[in-house]
Amino acid sequence: MLQYVVKRVLLTIPTLLGVAVLVFFMLRIVPGDVVEVKLRGDGGSVSQQTIEAERARLGLDKPMMTQFGEWMVGVVTLNFGKSMWTERPVMEEIRLRLELSLQVAIMASLIAVFIAIPLGTTAALFRDTWIDYTVRIVTIGGLSIPSFWFGMLIMLSLLAFFNWLPPITFTPIYVDPVANLTQLIWPAMAVGYRYCAVVARMIRSSLLEVMSEDYIRTARAKGVYEKLVVSRHALRNALLPAITVIGLEFTFLIGGLVVTEQVFNLNGIGQLFVQSVSRNDFTLIQGMVMLIAAFYVFINLAVDLLYAVFDPRIRYT
Amino acid sequence: MTLVLPTPVETFKQHGKIVEFCRQQPLGAVSFVIIFAMMFAGLFSGLVAPYDPLQIDFASILAAPSPDHWCGTDAYGRDICSRLIFGSRTALVIGFTSSFVGSTLGAMLGVASAYFGGRIDNWIQRIMDVLLAFPLIVLALVVVAALRKFVIGGVDVNLIIAIAIPIVPRVARVVRAAALGVRVMPYVDAARAAGYSNSRIIFRHMSPNVVAPYLIMLTAFIAQAILAEASLSFLGLGVAEPTAAWGLMLSGNAADFYREAPWMILFPGAAISLAVFAFNLFGDALRDYLDPRFKV
Repeated sequence: MLQYVVKRVLLTIPTLLGVAVLVFFMLRIVPGDVVEVKLRGDGGSVSQQTIEAERARLGLDKPMMTQFGEWMVGVVTLNFGKSMWTERPVMEEIRLRLELSLQVAIMASLIAVFIAIPLGTTAALFRDTWIDYTVRIVTIGGLSIPSFWFGMLIMLSLLAFFNWLPPITFTPIYVDPVANLTQLIWPAMAVGYRYCAVVARMIRSSLLEVMSEDYIRTARAKGVYEKLVVSRHALRNALLPAITVIGLEFTFLIGGLVVTEQVFNLNGIGQLFVQSVSRNDFTLIQGMVMLIAAFYVFINLAVDLLYAVFDPRIRYT
Repeated sequence: MTLVLPTPVETFKQHGKIVEFCRQQPLGAVSFVIIFAMMFAGLFSGLVAPYDPLQIDFASILAAPSPDHWCGTDAYGRDICSRLIFGSRTALVIGFTSSFVGSTLGAMLGVASAYFGGRIDNWIQRIMDVLLAFPLIVLALVVVAALRKFVIGGVDVNLIIAIAIPIVPRVARVVRAAALGVRVMPYVDAARAAGYSNSRIIFRHMSPNVVAPYLIMLTAFIAQAILAEASLSFLGLGVAEPTAAWGLMLSGNAADFYREAPWMILFPGAAISLAVFAFNLFGDALRDYLDPRFKV
């Protein structure tokens, strides 16, 4: 087991290094950089000299391999440099916004999982009845409705029914919990819908699979109440594959946040990412890509290790 | 000795397959009708649309839905209904092309990876792992940042590449799993024994046998690609004004008109959702039909 854990942890390193290499060269395939957006973005005519001077100041004139070397050293020592636009450290830019995005993501996943488990279970138990069909339509809707549009619909309904819109300025939860929750519950719902749908579908199908297992028939044959058969024998086993989906989809929440933060005007990780992309801010893009990839890799790791804990049949040697 | 004439029976069989599909998968049939309507609107936008989607009309800015303008008008007085119809062209072209490019490339990598095995397989899989470390939209955004903007013949090629790349590893993984099963089939051994080249075995012997997962992934990713295009356009990093695109219609100043013109928000979003819904449903139905093993 220990050997498996060590091997699994070590395997994350090549993936992360691969991400670092890939993102560095991808951004530099096509000419053009932050300086052009910064100085010429508004159509103003700036002399070539000024541009070159700015490039030299930001270190963009150095040979590609030197820049690459510096970047890789930075990755290994966890020093991602300074944003090319604001010139503040990348880590600081991210840290300022991480709290908000993380809170929305956690709220969204809590809502999603708490709704998805009963939803998926009922759909499976009432298979091929109108309940099942309703759940299937609602969940397929969750995969189809863009989270940003769902967010806009939420805003529209808040406006129509309460004539109220969530405030634009962010209040941390330790300052005023009520103001904080009433502001962030809406974006959490907007991104949580898809999450909930994916998890509910997974639970439905894995529960249906488990219900046809021999040990369920055995449990029924020895006279266990149907309720207990479902909760003790079936659901416990059916939740296992759901853990994978819950873990994977949590990282995909970031994808939803990238777009949805724009709707609610939240100054989080997603908005920072979109800004850095539209500004060609290489260092900031690189730093954020590393953050997102690391997040994904470690969630995956956690899911794999949790699997070993929850499923006694799995013994890695 | 009797001779069986196959021709008329064969054509009937093909026709019967569609009927069989519709009977087995009623939801799939419904989604097919929606997709067909969208394709019709996309192909014949000029004939179907009541107005020119780019025509600015300051006399009827932010007009509410009425018999003249079925879905109202936007902040420039452009007819939203016509823009939705022309937008289906953008969505389908980008959605279909990027899904096709991404899935085909992914399928080829998947089959090659399974066929060669060993070190090649290992390398391809490690690269796919790296690409899989991002949510689809995040990788698409990085590619958009990397490629800048280039448009060829009115089509946003950078957008198509940006959406196709994240699709590649996802399809490659699934197709590889299917191809690993095909690889051990006797006919592959026979082909190798007959001395056929690697590329011939991959394209003529293995690929036809992984068509089912490929088609399922292709349809499923058309839905994802339409969603991604809408999201990128919404963020202002996709299709540019004044082209009619659903995501773009929701972006920029659309949110300023929550109070005055909610139709500017309702209809384009509904169009995106309906299109993605139809392709998701169709993909589901196709999976159940082509691969009954997955059916639960």
